[in-house]
Amino acid sequence: MRYLPLTCEDRASMLATIGAKSADDFYADVPQSARLKTKIAGLPDHQGELAVERYMTKLAAKNRSASSGPFFVGAGAYKHHVPATVDMIIQRSEFLTTYTPYQPEIAQGTLQTLFEFQTQVAALTAMDVANASMYDGSTACAEAAVMAARVTKRKKVILSGGLHPHYAAATRLLCEAQGLTVVQLTVAIDGEGELARSVDGETACVIGQSPNVFGTVSDLSGVAKSAHDKGALLVSVFTEAVSLGLVTPPGEMGADIAAGEGQSIGNGLNFGGPYVGLFACREKLVRQMPGRLCGETVDADGKRGFVLTLSTREQHIRRDKATSNICTNSGLCALAFTSHMTLLGGKGLKQLAELNHEAACELADALGALKGVEMLTPRFFNEFAIRTPVDAEAVLAMLDEAGVVGGVRASRLFPGDHMGDVILVAATECTTAEDIAAYAAALKEII
Amino acid sequence: MTMNTQGRPTALSAAAALPRLDTVSGSRGLLQHEDLLFEIGTPETTGVDLPKPKGLKSRLGGVARKVDTGLPGLSEPQAVRHYMRLSQRNYAIDLGLFPLGSCTMKHNPRLNEKMARLPGFADIHPLQPQATVQGALELIDELATWLKTLTGMPSVAMSPKAGAHGELCGMLAIRQALIARGEGGTRTRVMVPESAHGTNPATAVQCGFIVDEIKANARGRVDMDDLKSKLARADDIAGIMLTNPNTCGLFETDIREIADLIHAAGGYFYCDGANFNAIVGRVRPGDLGVDAMHINLHKTFSTPHGGGGPGSGPTVFSEALAAYAPVPFVTRDEDGIYRLVEHVEGEASESFGRMVAFHGQMGMFVRALTYMLSHGADGLKQVAEDAVLNANYVQARLRHVMTPAFDGFCMHEALFSDAFAADGIETIDIAKALIDEGYHPMTMYFPLVVHGAMLIEPTETESKAELDRFCDALESVARRAAQGDETLKGAPYLAPARRLDETRAARKPVLKWTAPVTQQVAAE
Repeated sequence: MRYLPLTCEDRASMLATIGAKSADDFYADVPQSARLKTKIAGLPDHQGELAVERYMTKLAAKNRSASSGPFFVGAGAYKHHVPATVDMIIQRSEFLTTYTPYQPEIAQGTLQTLFEFQTQVAALTAMDVANASMYDGSTACAEAAVMAARVTKRKKVILSGGLHPHYAAATRLLCEAQGLTVVQLTVAIDGEGELARSVDGETACVIGQSPNVFGTVSDLSGVAKSAHDKGALLVSVFTEAVSLGLVTPPGEMGADIAAGEGQSIGNGLNFGGPYVGLFACREKLVRQMPGRLCGETVDADGKRGFVLTLSTREQHIRRDKATSNICTNSGLCALAFTSHMTLLGGKGLKQLAELNHEAACELADALGALKGVEMLTPRFFNEFAIRTPVDAEAVLAMLDEAGVVGGVRASRLFPGDHMGDVILVAATECTTAEDIAAYAAALKEII
Repeated sequence: MTMNTQGRPTALSAAAALPRLDTVSGSRGLLQHEDLLFEIGTPETTGVDLPKPKGLKSRLGGVARKVDTGLPGLSEPQAVRHYMRLSQRNYAIDLGLFPLGSCTMKHNPRLNEKMARLPGFADIHPLQPQATVQGALELIDELATWLKTLTGMPSVAMSPKAGAHGELCGMLAIRQALIARGEGGTRTRVMVPESAHGTNPATAVQCGFIVDEIKANARGRVDMDDLKSKLARADDIAGIMLTNPNTCGLFETDIREIADLIHAAGGYFYCDGANFNAIVGRVRPGDLGVDAMHINLHKTFSTPHGGGGPGSGPTVFSEALAAYAPVPFVTRDEDGIYRLVEHVEGEASESFGRMVAFHGQMGMFVRALTYMLSHGADGLKQVAEDAVLNANYVQARLRHVMTPAFDGFCMHEALFSDAFAADGIETIDIAKALIDEGYHPMTMYFPLVVHGAMLIEPTETESKAELDRFCDALESVARRAAQGDETLKGAPYLAPARRLDETRAARKPVLKWTAPVTQQVAAE
């Protein structure tokens, strides 16, 4: 076994030092009925690296990668280019194979990158403070809702009709487990403004998304005002972090908490995970925040250094009174995010966002020009919804035959909401003019 | 011609004894000084070359960012140096033994990394048509089969994002099962041993339960008398959350009886599987009466810890809870086609719902399955045995200089109290002195049931020579601690940073960089 350094001689001599006859002695506390006499049946024995690599490569070959042709799927995860440098950095042993920085004297590398990450996320979202990341955008959204309930001591959470349904589901689950009431507004392509009308004196928070799941960008300033007038908080959600380079960020709209997905910066698609949840809030709410926080301090020599801080909010100190049960963040994905953001810089991010927007504009023009295709999203960043005269599932299957992965059928996300003819379409900087032409040509044939 | 026989001096000069040398650059030899990104970059600098936008008319409808982020960028060579220099300030398992008890810092095979980066796994979208991701669904199904087989449990939820998220998954299933029984409002009490990891009580509360703490006995196990007295009134019992092997590194001797008592009381048995690595291949939790258990893929199955995540916490279920597991899950049709069940309807109509966007930590699934295939059923059994052997070896080598918390053999980690240390020397001093010896400290002050706890988990991927070197170092530190060596209080002396002032960090939190005042004025 290539991963096990002990030799038979080692084992024998170690057993002698310990005073045990065999490894069985260590398992003497296991009830007789639960002791396995032999290795577990039904599983293969160990294999060498070559055999395993062959097997896994075969499995991978059964999947169609996003880079292998025209690809227009978004709705919460986005195909962006990740610089080679980012992948090199996150594979450095010192980052890859270390633990949560509990011993700051020998974890300043991780801690300084987290401090830089927090600063970047705060600036991107235009919020006061950000934490060291969450599992992903959907869990960040759920944690934001229960945090708002803690802050306001109220029990009602209102979700917009444009919130990603997976985010809505994760939020509803956590809220209801804690005895909160969740109100889901009617699914709507341009319905974020409805939040302003639904907030009342019992509302802990309203949760709006921009760009929303249909790609619609919205200024939530009016929602923020209505919420604040009633003593409620605005949670502003995003699933496409690149949009923050161009679209009004949560902080500029008066959001109290920003929660979103950071996958688009530095992280690959990975079939949905691991991703990196971004979480930011106003300074006065920081002690109610979930998750890890990194803060600046000095060491015994007076030199600047960083530590995990405000841990009196957390489970390992507060146990049943913690703000969340979260133990890890999404460290390595946060490193991918921060190193990509560092390579981009503010100017680079803005340019990247412009390229995304322009690709989507050109796609919208190409598809919108087709007879029968209806453009449903009024204002968008890099994705939008279209209606086709043919059932979306059939359209996507026929596009697939033409080599085009044409988007997500809305009915996959909203079953039973009469969206059988709606397709969610995304474009990014990876989308070429040829990709767009191929999509338009294939769709023209189909409808 | 005469040869110069003087040669270069080879003996150390008196100057070599100089205590500390401050440098102009702030660097110390190979350890390069590095400022914050915000002090070295500018918003105009970039390390990527992007095409120039065409200047098309915006379709944002005026919903446009007003103030630029102002975030600095770095060119690629600057960025590489920034992160490489920072990396040198981190300890890592690839550098040496990382004995953090209950965290399981074992070797991370690089084949796993390579496989996770195959485009067929890394570059597929969670919502692309299922016909185009059959290999991914097959992989999830196969990993699920391994997990079910290794635990002896009939069902597994793959979507939880980390161990604590898996705990949440398990407890939400218990909550749902109680609701289905019509007892959701009445069965609200969850028993949690006082030795439990903090996530256990925090999770129970997140699910709306009330925590009732159970005492530990003198042998580091659940105090059965205390448990039984708390079960005397059973009609409000939702269940128990119990770690096994427990946080003291011991197998819960009475685990079958505990399971039976809980079931008889009408509750469910949640087992925290953080320490599954001690028993994998040798004991199946399904044979112990467990109803739900999360598995940390980043512990038992070696996916990298990455400086604090991403984790992955698939959660196995007994028949009693299987129907309430979350969506999505993968099924295989009779014709061999894999299919995702994504909504609470049809075959998932009793599911408690969806915990997270998409399908779980695919990148971690690939790594874990690669690890499992590499070890096989035979190798995984050896993994558990070697992990336990290594921990017992450390315990045996140190027991005459340190104070084992409990008698007898341990499982995968050795637990010591601070009783051996002289007055005034604390666990933290011993931990920090280990840093000077070139090691990451052990887990300290956990579990809470042992005074000044030091929990050492070497894992199976350490050789005997490495263990001996570590034990020699810890033994010498322990002797100094026993003698009351005051220099321990100042450790570490040789790390990239000295002890950090955590009180100051918490009192007036500085959670992001802000421009110095002079710079702000200049900018305005």
